[in-house]
Amino acid sequence: MIFIGERINGGFKDIKRAIQERDKSIIQHWAKIQTEAGADYLDVNMGAASNKVDDFIWMVETVQETVETPVSLDSNKLAFIESAIKVCKHPPIINSTTADKEKLDQIIPVAVEHNASLIGLCMDKKGAPQDVNQRVELGATIFSEAIDKGLSADQVFLDPVTMPLKFLQPQAYNLIEAVRQFTLLSSPPPHIIVGLSNISSKAREMKLINRVFLIMCIEAGLDATICDVTDEELLNSAITTEIILNKHIYSDSYIKAYRESRRK
Amino acid sequence: MNIPDVKQSWPNPINEVTIGATKEEGGTRSNTITIGGTGTLPFLSFEGRSPHHPVIAMEVWDFAPADWPEELEKYFSDVWDDPGKWAKKCVDEFNADLICLRLQGCDPDGENKSSDEAGEAVKRVLESVTVPLIIWGCGNKEKDNEILPVCSQTAAGEKCLLGTITEDNYKTLVALCKADKHKLIAESPVDINIAKQVNILAADIGLAPEDIVIYPSTGSLGYGIEYVYSIMERGRIAGLSGDKMWAMPLLADIGKEVWKVKEAVVAEEEVPGWGNHVQRGPLWEAITALVYLQAGSDIIIMRHPKAVEELKKYIHSLTNKN
Repeated sequence: MIFIGERINGGFKDIKRAIQERDKSIIQHWAKIQTEAGADYLDVNMGAASNKVDDFIWMVETVQETVETPVSLDSNKLAFIESAIKVCKHPPIINSTTADKEKLDQIIPVAVEHNASLIGLCMDKKGAPQDVNQRVELGATIFSEAIDKGLSADQVFLDPVTMPLKFLQPQAYNLIEAVRQFTLLSSPPPHIIVGLSNISSKAREMKLINRVFLIMCIEAGLDATICDVTDEELLNSAITTEIILNKHIYSDSYIKAYRESRRK
Repeated sequence: MNIPDVKQSWPNPINEVTIGATKEEGGTRSNTITIGGTGTLPFLSFEGRSPHHPVIAMEVWDFAPADWPEELEKYFSDVWDDPGKWAKKCVDEFNADLICLRLQGCDPDGENKSSDEAGEAVKRVLESVTVPLIIWGCGNKEKDNEILPVCSQTAAGEKCLLGTITEDNYKTLVALCKADKHKLIAESPVDINIAKQVNILAADIGLAPEDIVIYPSTGSLGYGIEYVYSIMERGRIAGLSGDKMWAMPLLADIGKEVWKVKEAVVAEEEVPGWGNHVQRGPLWEAITALVYLQAGSDIIIMRHPKAVEELKKYIHSLTNKN
C-alpha cells in the first residue's frame, strides 16, 4: 500500500492559521506525526487559506525542512504545481489532473520533466462520473495519454472519485467496480487511489466506513490512498487485507515487518 | 518484429553479508567472503547486478562420522580423526571456499562431547586453514546453547557464520553474535512464514538484518526439494520487492541431506537399473546443489569432492560471460 497523509491541508483550522501566520511549527508537527505513523507521501494542500503561490512553496519547503517523506502537491492550478515542483527534494506526486485533454497536455510534460507521479481524477469538465463505465472510460483516457507522453505505469495513479456514502450511496459500489476494471488496463496496472475521507463525509460512523470501504477497494485492486494515516487501525486493516490477498509474506509479526520494511 | 523487453527492475537488493575477518579486521583469515548484494533473480545478469557469486563450504565434523557412506569415507577417512587436517584437505585439495565445522560430536544422543572439546575443534580448524568458517551446532537446542558460547569466544573477532537460531531459540546466539562479532544462520522448518518471523525476532533484540543468512531447511528428494525451492524463490522475490525481513542471502545444506537418501547411496547390486553408485552419489549431490543455486542459494554446504568440483565449474560457467 501507498499511504498519503491528508492532514497538511488548509481545510483544517490549525493548518489554515499556520499558513496565514506563516507558523512552521504546526505544519512540521503534522509532517513528523504522519511520517512516523507510516505515510509514504505527505499531501500538501492550501485549501482556501491562501491563493498565493509563495504560500504553497513555503508549505512544501516547511515540510521538507523536517522530514524526508516526499510530498503530494495538491492543487488544481497548473501554475502552482509548476512552481512548487521545482523546490521538491524528492520526486513528488502531482495531485491532480482531470481527464480533459487540454489539462493532460499541459500537466503530463511537467510530471515527465520532474520524474513525478500523477494522480488522474476520473472526471472531466462535464462533471463527476455517475457510473462504472464513465469512470473506466475516463481512467483509460488518462492512462493512455500518460503512457504516450512518457510516464511509466508506476507513475500513474487513477482516482475513480470517491463520493459521500451518505448522499450518493450507489456510487460507492460503482467506484469499487471501476477499481476492479482499472486493474485490467495494463500489466503491470497503474496505481489506483482514493481520497478516503470523502466516503464518510458527514456520516456518524466515519472511521468504520473509511476502514471497511478501504478494505473492499483493496480487494478490488486499489493500492494507494490519501487518508488519515494516524488512524492506526485503518493502516493495520489495510496491511492485513494485503496479507490476506497474499501480497506480502505472512509472519506472526507481519504488521511490524511491513512497517519496518517501509521505513526509509 | 519487436521483441518485448521483459526485464524487471527490483527496488530492494539483497543484503550483503561478509564472513571472515583478516588481520587488519581483527581476525586471522587470509581472505573474507562476501555473499548477497544481488539486485535480481539468480544468474539473470542481463537484468541486474549480482556482485558476488555463490560459494561452496565443505563440511567437516568434530569426530570421525560412523554413518558416512564408503563413497565419502574413501576421501576423508585418512583425516577425519582431526578436524584441522580434515579442513586443510578440503581447502588444499578440493578448493573449498570456506569450511563448515559441524559439531555433531556434541550431540547428547551421540558422542556427547563437552563444550571445551567443541572449542578445541574450532581452534584446530582456525589454526589449520585460513578460509572463513561456518560453525554449526549439533542441533540439540540446550546443548547448542552450552557449546556455542565457547566456540563463539574461541573464534571471537573472526566473523564466523554461526548456526542456527530458530523461532524458539535465538536469544543466546544473538547475544553471542553481537558480542563476538559473528554472523548468524536463521533456520526455519520448510516454512516461509516462520523464516520471516525468526528474522523479525532476532532483529527485535538488536541483531542487524545484515548479519543474517536464511536457512529455510534443505530437501534432497521429491516434495522436500519442491517445497524448499518454492519458498526460496518466493522469499527472494519478496526480498527483492522490498520485504526487508526476506532480503537476506540464502544457505543450502546439501551434503547432509543428499548422503542420507538411498537414491544417492545404495549400490547397483541392490537396485539394478539405478546405475553405478560411485557416479550416482556425487552426481546426485551436484545436481541437487545446482537446483538450489537456481533457487537463489548463496552458500552451499557440500561433502563429495567431485560434486564440489562440478558445481564450481557450473557456477563459473554461469557467472563468467565468455
